[in-house]
Amino acid sequence: MATGTLVEVVMPQMGVSVSEGTVTKWLKQAGEAITRDEPLLEISTDKVDTEVPSPGEGVLAQILVAEGETVEVGTVLAVIAPVGAEVAAPAAPTTPAEPEPIAAAPEPPPAPAPAPQPAPAVAASGNGKAFVSPVVARIAAEHGIDPAHVPGTGRGGRVTKKDILAFVEAGASTKAMAAPAAPVDVAPTSAQVPAAPVQAGEAGAGEALEPITAMRRGVMEHMRRSLDTSAHVMTVFEVDLTRVVDIRARLKPEYERAYGVNLTYLAFIARATVEAIKNWPWVNGEIRGDKIVTKQFVNLGIAVALEGGKGLIVPVLKNAETLNLLGIAKGIADLATRARTKKLTPDDVQGGSFTITNPGGWGAIMGTPVINQPQVAILDVEALVKRPVVVTDEHGRDSIAIRSMMNLCLSYDHRLVDGAYAAQFMKELRESLETWDETRY
Amino acid sequence: MAEKTYLQAISDALRGEMRRDKRVFLLGEDVGVYGGAFKVTLGFQEEFGPWRVLDTPLSETAILAGATGAALMGMRPVAEMQFSDFVSCGWDHLTTVAAKQHFRAGTPIPIVVRLPSGGGFSGGPFHSQNPESSFAHIPGLKIVCPATPSDAKGLLLSAIEDPNPVLFFEHKHLYRRIKGEVPDERYTVPFGEARIHRAGDDVTVVTWGAMVYTAGEAAETLAADGVSVEIVDLRTLIPWDKEAVLASVAKCSKVLVLHEDTRTGGFGAEIAATIAEEAFESLDAPVKRIGAPDTPVPFSPPLEKAFIPQVADVVAALRELAEY
Repeated sequence: MATGTLVEVVMPQMGVSVSEGTVTKWLKQAGEAITRDEPLLEISTDKVDTEVPSPGEGVLAQILVAEGETVEVGTVLAVIAPVGAEVAAPAAPTTPAEPEPIAAAPEPPPAPAPAPQPAPAVAASGNGKAFVSPVVARIAAEHGIDPAHVPGTGRGGRVTKKDILAFVEAGASTKAMAAPAAPVDVAPTSAQVPAAPVQAGEAGAGEALEPITAMRRGVMEHMRRSLDTSAHVMTVFEVDLTRVVDIRARLKPEYERAYGVNLTYLAFIARATVEAIKNWPWVNGEIRGDKIVTKQFVNLGIAVALEGGKGLIVPVLKNAETLNLLGIAKGIADLATRARTKKLTPDDVQGGSFTITNPGGWGAIMGTPVINQPQVAILDVEALVKRPVVVTDEHGRDSIAIRSMMNLCLSYDHRLVDGAYAAQFMKELRESLETWDETRY
Repeated sequence: MAEKTYLQAISDALRGEMRRDKRVFLLGEDVGVYGGAFKVTLGFQEEFGPWRVLDTPLSETAILAGATGAALMGMRPVAEMQFSDFVSCGWDHLTTVAAKQHFRAGTPIPIVVRLPSGGGFSGGPFHSQNPESSFAHIPGLKIVCPATPSDAKGLLLSAIEDPNPVLFFEHKHLYRRIKGEVPDERYTVPFGEARIHRAGDDVTVVTWGAMVYTAGEAAETLAADGVSVEIVDLRTLIPWDKEAVLASVAKCSKVLVLHEDTRTGGFGAEIAATIAEEAFESLDAPVKRIGAPDTPVPFSPPLEKAFIPQVADVVAALRELAEY
């Protein structure tokens, strides 16, 4: 706390949705004299980088946030004491500032920063911008809105119920206006589809409305966030599963009889995937903050579609690296059954490290799956089809044969996994499947 | 339909019921010859005779015990506490005998206890209290707190008809100050149905008794600020109209619970807790309470003014909620 004459320098609000900033450089050191509006430090936010001018005159008494640290808007960064003043006991480095007039957002210099308009100073304490009341949270959830994007008129810039309702209404009418009206000009160059404006949340002629389920909303949010997070790249490998088909045909009755398990192709692919991951751990990794995480375990997510497009759930086969072909087959069957009968526990759907999705059962031969965050790769198992392919015998002679072929598509996050790395992983997976030995389990 | 004071409405309702139903009789201190401390029963003894308008000794125990016994024998006694403050002397008969008799023995106790309550005229600590919450905590008692003349009549008749002990809190400060249209015919106002004293959609005030008018004046001030205040007059505390309160909270999302009784353990706490439990996802601000400070009611007029919630206090709280 400032004691009358001390002036606190706080992390300014550099835009409505900016909640934190990073101190990139102190332009003055503790003990140095400073005049009002003299550049004091440089900060970086996800919207803008800028200099912060001094809000007061005197001596830079204390620097409370070191270079490189990221703190919330309103956090006290430094204390300026008038020349000759006693320096008060230091505030805790992350204590948000009290809303004192002196903490008003400093004007950023007009150049070279891209002239950000600072929002009115908002203290991070009390009922400031960050607090979301229960009713605002509910309305936000119902409309899929991030309250941080809503201009607040409540105390300390808090978003009130009226604010978010106005935002919802404005959004609805904006969308309605954005829908192209029936064109006056019927020239064929108009590519726009004529449509009567339809208010959001209202059904037009021949349309039906239904509420969005929590699962569907979860899928929406998760898929969008994944595309916003990862640099999605895909690679496709064509795999000859003829050996696996033969082996499965022999093992299937035995597995059925002895263990009551339906041995699927997916089990073979899962088993081979887990093995290949051992040599290519980054496809089973994670980007966590500024660190790369690799894992000694493979928690294998298996995407399960619920009937009637009701949603998608990804139960996780924990420690798949400890399971043989039978164990994986049983595990997948168990998860799929429990997913479809809603018997999964929260633990069953958490902690995945790699995911397999399997739309091939319906005949798909190519897909571009979205990564299941925070994982970095997802394997798409496509349809098994018989195709004429060129095969080369041990003498190097080519011939055309009918083989059971399958495409395996890997979506991976190029932030962590490069193309060559992904291709080598896929090559090992393919070879593992193509050379499957029936004594292997 | 005639315009009557709150007091006149109660008096006329009682008289009408005594003419209609011979089981109804009055007992209390000075209710007969003197016509009651506030003249609610003026002329009653002349009309109904000394056996239906009983002047009792200065013993609330005797009054409430006598009323309970008479009710057990099929009568419909209406007992008057000269001031609601004095009811504590009859606590045992009311809470231990009358409130529990139905549950212990299945016999109804159709008594009405009239309790002139509330402050605002320097009555001091023994003549100004609002003890409704103490009795609201006793299962088996019903609590009525009318704010308007027409509700006073309709609720008093419901109280007399009710087979349970009913505590009828009449606010003394409303007796001659508040006038309103009262239908001439006999009618009842059901228990547990709140009245929307003023409709609005920005902030809800839940209150009862004299505070309805304090809230009303405050709402006028807020209206000038462009804030629309809804005032829910509960009318009865046991039972209380939870649905009406929750509906208003769902609409406004900000709520002030206001009562003249002291704050700690006041009935407002029950309302605030219920809102927190059942309307959490409708709230856009913390539930706010205004009650009197936790002290006896002071004699001194300026102190009493500081004690009883005033229009300015309510205005300040409503502004705070509106700006939250």
